[in-house]
Amino acid sequence: MLKIAKEKLGGLYGEISASMPLWLPVKKAGEVNYAPYKEDAEVSLETLKTVKSPKDLFFPQSEEMMRFKTEGKNIEIIDVRTEKQPFVLFGVKGCDFRAFDVLDNVFLDEPVDTYYKERREAATVVTLACSRPEESCFCKVFGIDATAPGGDVTTWLDEKYLYWQPNTRKGEALTEKVKGLFEEGGESEVEAQREKTKEIVDKLPFSALNLSRFKPENLNELFDLPVWQSLSEACLGCGACTFVCPTCQCFDIRDFRTNDGIIRFRCWDSCMYSDFTQMAAANSRTTQMQRYRQRFMHKLVYYPARYNGVYSCVGCGRCVNKCPQHLNIVKVVKTIGGEKHD
Amino acid sequence: MINENLIPKIGVITDIRRDTPDVKTFRVVGTDGKKLFEHMPGQCAMVSVPGAGECMFSITSSPTNEEYMEFSIKKCGCVTSIIHSLEVGQQITVRGPYGRNFPVEGEFRGKDLLFIAGGIGLAPLRSVINYVRHYRKNYGKVVVVYGARSKDDLVDIEEIQSEWEKEPDFKVYLTIDRPQEGWDGHVGFVPAYVSELGLDPSMTAVLCGPPIMIKFTLAGLLQLGFDKSRVYTTLELRMKCGIGKCGRCNVGDKFVCKDGPVFRFDELDELPDEY
Repeated sequence: MLKIAKEKLGGLYGEISASMPLWLPVKKAGEVNYAPYKEDAEVSLETLKTVKSPKDLFFPQSEEMMRFKTEGKNIEIIDVRTEKQPFVLFGVKGCDFRAFDVLDNVFLDEPVDTYYKERREAATVVTLACSRPEESCFCKVFGIDATAPGGDVTTWLDEKYLYWQPNTRKGEALTEKVKGLFEEGGESEVEAQREKTKEIVDKLPFSALNLSRFKPENLNELFDLPVWQSLSEACLGCGACTFVCPTCQCFDIRDFRTNDGIIRFRCWDSCMYSDFTQMAAANSRTTQMQRYRQRFMHKLVYYPARYNGVYSCVGCGRCVNKCPQHLNIVKVVKTIGGEKHD
Repeated sequence: MINENLIPKIGVITDIRRDTPDVKTFRVVGTDGKKLFEHMPGQCAMVSVPGAGECMFSITSSPTNEEYMEFSIKKCGCVTSIIHSLEVGQQITVRGPYGRNFPVEGEFRGKDLLFIAGGIGLAPLRSVINYVRHYRKNYGKVVVVYGARSKDDLVDIEEIQSEWEKEPDFKVYLTIDRPQEGWDGHVGFVPAYVSELGLDPSMTAVLCGPPIMIKFTLAGLLQLGFDKSRVYTTLELRMKCGIGKCGRCNVGDKFVCKDGPVFRFDELDELPDEY
């Protein structure tokens, strides 16, 4: 294991970003989100949850897919993509890192989404262990160890040092480039921090959520529960939960006319919106109850049914914090799992 | 470099046939004059007029047609209205094929087949019916029951009357909803007609049409003794990607674009009622 004094982190960022783009949590206009490192960037590794998850780096909120030029009756298709340059994604927490696996299952499943795949392959992911989880965190429910999040390199941060442990060949290659800035050691400090953090995690209010009823074999029984009606009654259909969610994958594809041809782009979409399933003559989900049910059934039942029982939730708790109506997946799990919520 | 999954091919419209007041059939080939890609009956393709948007349509021509593909498209929304305004020679974009096809080389082999369609529902069935006609000896007797609002709304009526009705061991029953001048055939809704015909319940059936027609026709078939595991249909939901990723065409854990559009009714029984 390697370590670097906290005050030298600027040097580490500078060294990495000299050879390839470095994305990390940066404070801007009062919010911390992943942004490319610049010398004057206000890096905030201490921030537990960035507002948006780092899924943008692989599945951007909006992305140009191709262009069309038309002339008379003819069409020309222009592939606008350029070769993806390697980049480093730094400071990813355990929940957000697991969310990449959840997205991989969808986008790398045949037929492969190469837009996603190219970005995923270009990235070296450096995770950062949590040391101060908060009440809305429940990653433990999904078997995530926030104190050893994995990735190409795992790091830990305390008052004095950042500790650095490469896990993969990509991680070792990155380590090789910056090794001169580090010194050896840190095993015992990391071990002590992990123990302390695990104690906190065990005491978190949602760490013992019971998911046992959310199984593919209960799909129809859960779908037909009358309780979806009361659970969804206050839902505004704003879609905030889907936009902050690190595992939400739904997208729209649209065309946009410009002075320089037609752009076909894709952008995040939300199953909470009434026009999501709208066709010319019909709509399969006409009520907010149906849309609300779709979101949670997808995360807790449909997705696991397709992908070996893996849930499409990582317990990051962003939706718990952001829903203006205090509706969230925890409430759904508690209600349907049988535990009474207040 | 090109992502063949989401980046389309360019197709050229070489013929447009007006079938009914609101259905046109478009013949499409690649820019090299050849068929764009191979498919199986029941599979779909994403057709687009850049700037207007992309929509999923069933490929109505049979795979045995080696020269071109055809799409029978009903004018009912934004994109279909623009497609209906296109002229011969216009280029469009096409990607596919998508989805699970009818088991023409599986469960359908050697079986007596019953096809029941309503309105534009004939489009996906035309592909499989013409496939069965091409490999006629691989299948038993064929019965087609086809209905529409009026005689003018029967899609592909010329092909049906000049070719299908003349096939051996091939029976076609046509019906329209209300009496009409110049029509001496059957009058009445498809579900009632199906029940009247006293069809042999050992046949393998395929239903395609408006949801209400499917619902009542299925009930009638079950009453006649048909088994759900030998009755097929195709579903249609909003789609964007066609490859099981954009997240909107699911029924329970199944995506219509990838796991469908062809489903058996015993399979649909396992899924939530949300389509």
